[in-house]
Amino acid sequence: MVSTLTTSLADVAASGATLRAFLHGLPGVDRVGADQRAAMLGTRSIKTTAKAKAIDLAISMVDLTTLEGADTAGKVRAMCTKAVRPGGDAPKVAAVCVYPDLVAVAAETLRGSGVKVASVATAFPSGRSSLEVKVSDTALAVAAGADEIDMVIDRGAFLSGDYLKVFEEIVAVKAACGAAHLKVILETGELATYDNVRRASWLAMLAGADFIKTSTGKVSPAATPPVTLIMLEAVRDFRDATGRQVGVKPAGGIRTTKDAIKNLVLVNETAGDDWLTPDWFRLGASSLLNDLLMQRQKLATGRYAGPDYFTLD
Amino acid sequence: MMAIFEYAPAPESRDVVDIKPAYGLFINGEFVDGSGPTFKTINPATEEKLAEIATATSDDVDRAVQAARKAFGVWSALPGAERAKYLFRIARIIQERARELAVLESLDNGKPIRESRDVDLPLVAAHFFYYAGWADKLEYAGFGSRPLGVAGQVIPWNFPLLMLAWKIAPALACGNTVVLKPAETTPLTALLFADICRQADLPPGVVNIVTGAGDTGAAVVAHPDVNKVAFTGSTEVGRIIARTVAGTDKKLTLELGGKAANIVFEDAALDQAVEGIVNGIFFNQGHVCCAGSRLLVQESIQDELLDALKRRLGTLRLGDPLDKNTDVGAINSADQLAKIRELSEIGESEGALRWSPACELPDKGFWFPPTIFTGVAQSHTIARDEIFGPVLSVLTFRTPAEAVEKANNTPYGLSAGIWTEKGSRILWMADKLRAGVVWANTFNKFDPASPFGGYKESGYGREGGLLGLEAYLDV
Repeated sequence: MVSTLTTSLADVAASGATLRAFLHGLPGVDRVGADQRAAMLGTRSIKTTAKAKAIDLAISMVDLTTLEGADTAGKVRAMCTKAVRPGGDAPKVAAVCVYPDLVAVAAETLRGSGVKVASVATAFPSGRSSLEVKVSDTALAVAAGADEIDMVIDRGAFLSGDYLKVFEEIVAVKAACGAAHLKVILETGELATYDNVRRASWLAMLAGADFIKTSTGKVSPAATPPVTLIMLEAVRDFRDATGRQVGVKPAGGIRTTKDAIKNLVLVNETAGDDWLTPDWFRLGASSLLNDLLMQRQKLATGRYAGPDYFTLD
Repeated sequence: MMAIFEYAPAPESRDVVDIKPAYGLFINGEFVDGSGPTFKTINPATEEKLAEIATATSDDVDRAVQAARKAFGVWSALPGAERAKYLFRIARIIQERARELAVLESLDNGKPIRESRDVDLPLVAAHFFYYAGWADKLEYAGFGSRPLGVAGQVIPWNFPLLMLAWKIAPALACGNTVVLKPAETTPLTALLFADICRQADLPPGVVNIVTGAGDTGAAVVAHPDVNKVAFTGSTEVGRIIARTVAGTDKKLTLELGGKAANIVFEDAALDQAVEGIVNGIFFNQGHVCCAGSRLLVQESIQDELLDALKRRLGTLRLGDPLDKNTDVGAINSADQLAKIRELSEIGESEGALRWSPACELPDKGFWFPPTIFTGVAQSHTIARDEIFGPVLSVLTFRTPAEAVEKANNTPYGLSAGIWTEKGSRILWMADKLRAGVVWANTFNKFDPASPFGGYKESGYGREGGLLGLEAYLDV
């Protein structure tokens, strides 16, 4: 869809002007149309076998998250235990997501389980610090055993039009990630327009993001369906243009099975099958898992169990 | 290896609607037998017979017109606020019985339940609410407040209930009484509406429904005691009606065919334009008189737009209209399917390139896959004639002036669409396009407050909105 991408990626970011010209040359997003499309996909009726499959798929895509100032090693250990064995014969989740200082605890608890350790680095959630601090924050998390780094972009720089600064920060953090995957958080609630969401998505992908992620979960609105839709269109178009696949992670505000399934429908009908795996799509959530487990049991038994039948952490 | 995410069938239950084996005519508040031979209405998705329907002969039509004439005295004498009460009541009953009406509409018409449930029925209720609001405010509309008398109304099969609402709501609000003939392939929701009129205690004779084919419609139109004729349907039949009515003092509104241009500029929001193109031509299987059947795309983005459109068509879900996940339902009748096939074959034989996504069609029923023709020129038959099916002709242009020229170069003029991020161009284009409705960055959006109607062979008169009152008042 983006025919402007004929020059090499390096040329696009050769200067602030070329980067700006490229990002502003992307097709616009019509807010009314995008909202309508997302709303329509939200009416898909997913029942019976499709629902059972969707619930297990959603569980396997969850980045089980705790990002509180009050987090302790004990709390993280408990969450990691649940990540591996959420309950019954439900599949394990994709990853746990913690602050950098708790990565070592999570890595130790999860060793050999296949569940990844993700960490929010780069002066999460505001991103308001120097590049040196962000890079060392990242290096700390990676050294402690993080498989994935969730970085926030500098929204101030983005909104003031300094795309090159944002680009260079992502490049630097990606370098600090080493073998770890980089998820770039756009904090779409602060970007305000859908055009900005599309531009920020491309900016992150051009700079080397392995995943683009909607939100920190600390700003409202967070992962709305239209924003996820636009990001899915961006990764689809980016792969068409460059051959490189980038994952998508909506995060923040996804609490119910219904929300999760709506997200899977968005993936299914926008980016398609190739993204319907935990390798390419994640759901960042803290309270979603129990609702998925509850609906899973309801589907299997025909009855709802009370909340005490599902573990707290 | 992760399995593909397939949606299990999610059929809406048809138990919510009770279809009788046979239906009569609705005259003077009663269901009565028709004098003509009965005919059957079928489910176009399965070819299953739904019910036997009565045929109204000219004698039956006369009885219906006499009933309407008698009721006119009572109905037109009511204060506007009283008529409004009935219309509000009807609107609310429609909302309460929306599910039943939507299921019946999908069964009889073949349209997806998603559309009958989420588009048709909310609009039907909205039209009754809207005109209920006008009933006691006619003095302020600027057309006086004298009703015309008996309205003879003939409606098509593509939006059976919505077209009924467009016709009946303003007529009653203005104090007229009606004799309405629904299309012979889709009479069931009109007959259920008759039941709603009874439930609302509407005085007998205010609404009469006569069923049958073209002869019945002709009898309604030609009846000497009908004061106003309203028709929605083909241009061909519209011409016959215009000839019949010519020289009489009947008022006439015609809402006929279309061959709308959907114009996409290179600076358009492409993903939304693709949605708009899909909605413009594949909504209701393309059985839409204002369908965006001619895509005019700026040459510079032709390839990327077509790639995106084809990819999008690959995700359309065709099948059981009662499945909540169906996007494209059945063609309404075998006749219509034959017409779509014939025109598509002409398109190919004249050299346009035909494309459809890989798509399995059900064994029974009337089905046609979403189809795109590329390399179409203005001179091709498929760019001139209304196909009234899920068939899109793609043409290109280079400049805004050329887009306007091509868009207007059609015998029709019902609607047009413009896709561009440039507001000034939208206004410039809208001013120059000879079409009754011009949508900007959207398509097929309806609202009871917006008048709708055509230029040239798309007919005359306006329905909906304030202007919609004019057609039912002695101005």
